[in-house]
Amino acid sequence: MHLEYFKLIDRIVDLNLDEKAIRAEATVPQTSTIFEGHFPGHPLMPGVLLIESMAQTSGWLVIALTRFERMPFLAAVKDAKLRAFVEPGQMLSISANLVHEGSGFAVASAAVKRDGKLVCNADITFRVMPFPDPTFRASMERIAAEISFPMKAPADG
Amino acid sequence: MSSTFDTVANIISETCDIPRDTIKPESHAIDDLGIDSLDFLDIAFAIDKAFGIKLPLEQWTQEVNDGKATTEQYFVLKNLCARIDDLVAAKGA
Repeated sequence: MHLEYFKLIDRIVDLNLDEKAIRAEATVPQTSTIFEGHFPGHPLMPGVLLIESMAQTSGWLVIALTRFERMPFLAAVKDAKLRAFVEPGQMLSISANLVHEGSGFAVASAAVKRDGKLVCNADITFRVMPFPDPTFRASMERIAAEISFPMKAPADG
Repeated sequence: MSSTFDTVANIISETCDIPRDTIKPESHAIDDLGIDSLDFLDIAFAIDKAFGIKLPLEQWTQEVNDGKATTEQYFVLKNLCARIDDLVAAKGA
């Protein structure tokens, strides 16, 4: 994770297009300017960033299912529950399942676990549309390479 | 048609917290009921699930933007329900 750059996934460890499921891993950094404010002397991973980590994981699933032709944009977060504190240095397992693929939108159910225990979960809706421009897509392809997104999977899917 | 309308009206009422008795077949989802595009995603999700179809929202939006169709054709509820019936029938064909 690199919180300041909104990089909330370290790597994708499982992507199953048949089951429309994905799992990613991420380790909360030991230090971050964000912890200077959240909170002084008591650093905690902000809940909104945990939600963002679920959105990013779900988003990569949508990108894979649309064969890297479409970009999901966060539209709604429902029933988000932040069940436990997450601290610097902890490793997280982030999973998502596609609940519905509509016309121009998608709905996913996502969860974060730490040591096998549920930390947070939410239902997430995305607007799904073509990449706005080739530069945007190229930047997403670079991030995909950094997080071990299996480019071959959507091509074969 | 009537059962389709009842299902759609109930979905709209529950999703957008609109009193059920104000939702009529002649109601325009956007102009009369004030449903915005994000709320309509929730409605589309519920309609897709309830009827086992996929409302072609992108196609409809494109047709409206291109001037090939009016919003009334898709978003006046009696017309929306007719489209849903057509999609259900096409699924079963």
